[in-house]
Amino acid sequence: MDIEATLPSARVDARAARRIYRHRLPVRLMHWINVVCLTVLLMSGLNIFNAHPALYWGQESTFAQPWISFGARNTPQGPVGYTRIAGHEFDTSGVLGLSTSPDSGTPMARAFPWWATIPGPQWLAMARHWHFFFAWIFVINGILYVLYTIFSKHLKRDLVPTRDELKNIGRSIVDHLKFKHPTGEAATRYNVLQSLTYLIVIFGLLPLVVIAGLAMSPRLDAVFTGWVELLGGRQSARTLHFLTAFGLLLFVVVHVAEVFIAGVWNEMRSMITGWYALPEDAAKKEAQP
Amino acid sequence: MKKTYTLMRARQRDRRHLLRGAAAAAGSALLAGCDRLSQNESFVETLKSAQHLSRAAQKIVAPRPAMAQEFGPADVAQTFRSNGTLNPGDADYVALRDAGFAGYKLSVGGLVARPAEFTLDELKAMPARTQITRHDCVEGWSCIGKWKGVQLGPILDRVQPRPEARFVVFRCFDSMEGPSLDGRDSRYYESIDFDDAHHVQTILAYELNDQPLPVSNGAPLRCRVERQLGYKQAKYIRAIELVESFAGIRGGKGGYWEDEGYEWYGGI
Repeated sequence: MDIEATLPSARVDARAARRIYRHRLPVRLMHWINVVCLTVLLMSGLNIFNAHPALYWGQESTFAQPWISFGARNTPQGPVGYTRIAGHEFDTSGVLGLSTSPDSGTPMARAFPWWATIPGPQWLAMARHWHFFFAWIFVINGILYVLYTIFSKHLKRDLVPTRDELKNIGRSIVDHLKFKHPTGEAATRYNVLQSLTYLIVIFGLLPLVVIAGLAMSPRLDAVFTGWVELLGGRQSARTLHFLTAFGLLLFVVVHVAEVFIAGVWNEMRSMITGWYALPEDAAKKEAQP
Repeated sequence: MKKTYTLMRARQRDRRHLLRGAAAAAGSALLAGCDRLSQNESFVETLKSAQHLSRAAQKIVAPRPAMAQEFGPADVAQTFRSNGTLNPGDADYVALRDAGFAGYKLSVGGLVARPAEFTLDELKAMPARTQITRHDCVEGWSCIGKWKGVQLGPILDRVQPRPEARFVVFRCFDSMEGPSLDGRDSRYYESIDFDDAHHVQTILAYELNDQPLPVSNGAPLRCRVERQLGYKQAKYIRAIELVESFAGIRGGKGGYWEDEGYEWYGGI
């Protein structure tokens, strides 16, 4: 306290920050494996989707009435890319339905553009190879993670919110809306919205995306009769697989945005080395001369 | 004060530009890397090896006798979507089609003790199976149809496969790349293993939705392997051949689409 007080204030801040070992090695490792898997799975999935860019509800495809479809058509003004949702058409030229080929520079009819897919060109067979290979790694990694969170007590200790935290959820929502992040002792734990979001992703979205994916396999359909109907049928499963993937994408966007808001270097370091510098307590800071 | 502020803003803007530029560069490097890997033979072989794991795992959870879901008459689609070849232009097929398939004969040979030929009437005289099942295309769509045909298992029993026979190859009429001038054979072909060949729901169908199989759906005879994707359901079957391996058959991968890079195992 006393030595530091004599140092220039900027250095006091840096030195005063308490460091905690926030993420253990298995969690860090599994996090980054998951990053690679989800990236490849989303992008190869979009290439697969492009082979039939329409979604339906139910057992089979009602080709005339998908609830959402992407495409391109010729107009007197030239080709137009469209996204059609429940009968309403939106001009999405340039990105969805019609986009420019990087090789020829000419407009191509394809649902998702080359920069969103793996591989870049429309190539269903290759996209499937990528998708299924990384799906295995993703599932094995996910199972190991869930086992780890349970047996290391990571789940109980860090992810499940306490009753007090749940009671103060309103406060947490207001803080998030103000882009205010917990400091000092409160920052040693995930905040309540954060832990609830992680729980929904880990035990909701991720299993759902896998189950809906498995429901599209004709052989797994035969595991026991009618299980695919629990999801509403195979085409509903394809729709759920797609929507859940975009739910996960939404999570990733918010997650990465929060990392930037909360301090990108500190957050990145904590997920690489494990060490996280606790943001200084606002009250303490004000008390300083 | 104001000057410092502007300078700071300018620096921030520069940094933002730099970050955005770096992110875009990293992104395109990643994409280019993935595309280059897709051309790398050993990398693609590694990716493709996952299909063996998938097949092994699927055979454990959905073993040999497990049945594909069957549906009720109300679920049948009004028109069954056709894909791939819709009307073969091959001379031998056109001749048969114009004669109402009267002269059609299915030949079953290869590694068998007693090769045989079956006319359509002979096939129709054998015990039939009718099933309302869902057809799942590799592209992602599904269609439910009612199929009637003869089970493949009893036909194989009839010709007595030799012990070394491991796969059933379907030879089809339709050339996928049109009549070839240089004599290159592009006729459709497919193959399945004996597990699927002897499955209760594996039939050679000659009827769709209570009508003779339409040309666009593979007349006069097509295969139904209900627990696999659409491209495994060979249409316009000309002959059946039992083999020990795919070596020496066209691209050596066991099917037209397999030679084009698709998985031989179409259960996923």
